[in-house]
Amino acid sequence: MTTTVDGSTASAVTRPSSARRRSTHRSPGSARGRSAPLTFLRRLVSPIILIALWQAASSAGLLSADTMASPATIAATARDLIADGTLGQETLISVQRVAIGLSLGLVTGLVLALLAGLSRLLDDAIDPPMQALRTLPHLGLVPLFIIWFGVGEEPKVYLVAFGVLFPIYLTTLAGIRGIDRRILEAADAMALTWWQRVRYVVLPGALPSALTGLRQSLGIAWLSLVVAETIAASSGLGYLINQAREFGQTDIVVVVLVVYAVLGLVTDGVVRIIERRALAWRS
Amino acid sequence: MALLNRRPAETSATSATSAQTTGSDAPDAPGATGPVARVRGHHRSFGDLHVLRGIDLDIAPGEIVALLGRSGCGKSTLLRSLAGLDPAPREEVEVRGTTAVAFQEPRLLPWQRVQRNVALALLNSARRGERERLAAETLTEVGLGAKLDAWPGQLSGGQAQRVSLARALVRNPSLLLLDEPFSALDALTRIEMHQLVIELWRRHGMAILIVTHDVDEAIALADRLIVLDEGRAAGSWRLEMPRTDRDHAVPEIAQVRHEVLASLGVQPLPPNPNRTPVDDRSPAPTPPRHHQGAA
Repeated sequence: MTTTVDGSTASAVTRPSSARRRSTHRSPGSARGRSAPLTFLRRLVSPIILIALWQAASSAGLLSADTMASPATIAATARDLIADGTLGQETLISVQRVAIGLSLGLVTGLVLALLAGLSRLLDDAIDPPMQALRTLPHLGLVPLFIIWFGVGEEPKVYLVAFGVLFPIYLTTLAGIRGIDRRILEAADAMALTWWQRVRYVVLPGALPSALTGLRQSLGIAWLSLVVAETIAASSGLGYLINQAREFGQTDIVVVVLVVYAVLGLVTDGVVRIIERRALAWRS
Repeated sequence: MALLNRRPAETSATSATSAQTTGSDAPDAPGATGPVARVRGHHRSFGDLHVLRGIDLDIAPGEIVALLGRSGCGKSTLLRSLAGLDPAPREEVEVRGTTAVAFQEPRLLPWQRVQRNVALALLNSARRGERERLAAETLTEVGLGAKLDAWPGQLSGGQAQRVSLARALVRNPSLLLLDEPFSALDALTRIEMHQLVIELWRRHGMAILIVTHDVDEAIALADRLIVLDEGRAAGSWRLEMPRTDRDHAVPEIAQVRHEVLASLGVQPLPPNPNRTPVDDRSPAPTPPRHHQGAA
């Protein structure tokens, strides 16, 4: 009994990330020469069959509601949670935490990468500790963060910020270091000032690499939030999951997991739109 | 054959007269009171490697000087000193007015459109609207008026080099420095670029220093050719013939070409021993003997 619960939760937890991965790989797949709408329909068949089998197993009593609610129940629960405002409210709180943590981490990472990328001296000062810290599994820092910051908003926001810091730092720094020195020299020949060099050459030159870092950061941000909220929270999506776990409400757990997945997809899509606009010169 | 007929390197005494001895199609140099660039005993070394060993050079307003030499002779280093890209003491290198550089590669910012690339060269000398207007004007002048909104990645090699030229030109330099700017272009595009440079020079009258491997390019463009060898000036030639008349068939030009090549260490192809001189072009029974190519 316990093992089946563990097994089904584990498979459900992996769902957000696998959904994200599939969407990333769809473009090369559809470029294979088959017509896009037909491919899409064909790829829709197996998930629908799986959900139908799941519903059948629930209706036939093979899958108890304690182990996993039926798709129909989950849909009904989702409708109720949306209708009474719970889902929207908790989602908003979680999105806020990610937004604050992400901004904090991105700004810090960008500033550190800029400083290290523009000054040899600061590079020697900043890079070694960053390289050492990045090897830490940052989710393992949760106990320390709770000791330091309690169980309020801070540990969640800081955990997100800390997790986001490294991918954005590393990719931005790599982007700055990868800028063609000859272009920098051309900027010198035009007598650009230090700040003009940064603004027109260094920052846009590092942008493609930094945007890759941003995408990695978003994945890490959501993951960090899920972990932080699951361990200690009195509000947010993680709190909703925890409450549901206490009462064995597998339908609510699944609804929240789907919300996490959708949020991950949406933020990924936003970055992709930013990329398409900011990197138009590469097409 | 006057293979060893090297003239002594130009000194400050001879170059002081360079303003009035430039080619007859040279533009009037306004206020030609002294050289735009003055180099005296310029020396540069990297560790034990002495790249420049006491260079003297004056460039008169509106004069085109071609700097030739084999790879590693120090010609690009001299250009970098003049461009202010490397620090040089004021007693050794002094330039009046603005300089602008066009490099061998266009070195455009790939993330800025063509017009903005040119406008950025004026970032500290004109207001935004004025910058964009001057950039558009200069791009039209180099024949790219239709490409203002293109990304650099969409341009051909020749077009990109024109943008690079416009970006240098828009600064209205008194000394335009060209570092092997056309060596990566195909032969036809290169000829078009030579014509463009001459047109722009006639209109704007700036002095030009062009570093090149190409003797024919130097002859087509320059008032004065200087060969550098191991950090020293190994020879200097002045061309007073109008640029339109500079043909290989003209004995004077052929002679200069010959001497410059010899100064660069390129020996002429000896006559084919199996053929009479008039019939040199028909297929030879023995494989043709290749000698070292041009520098």
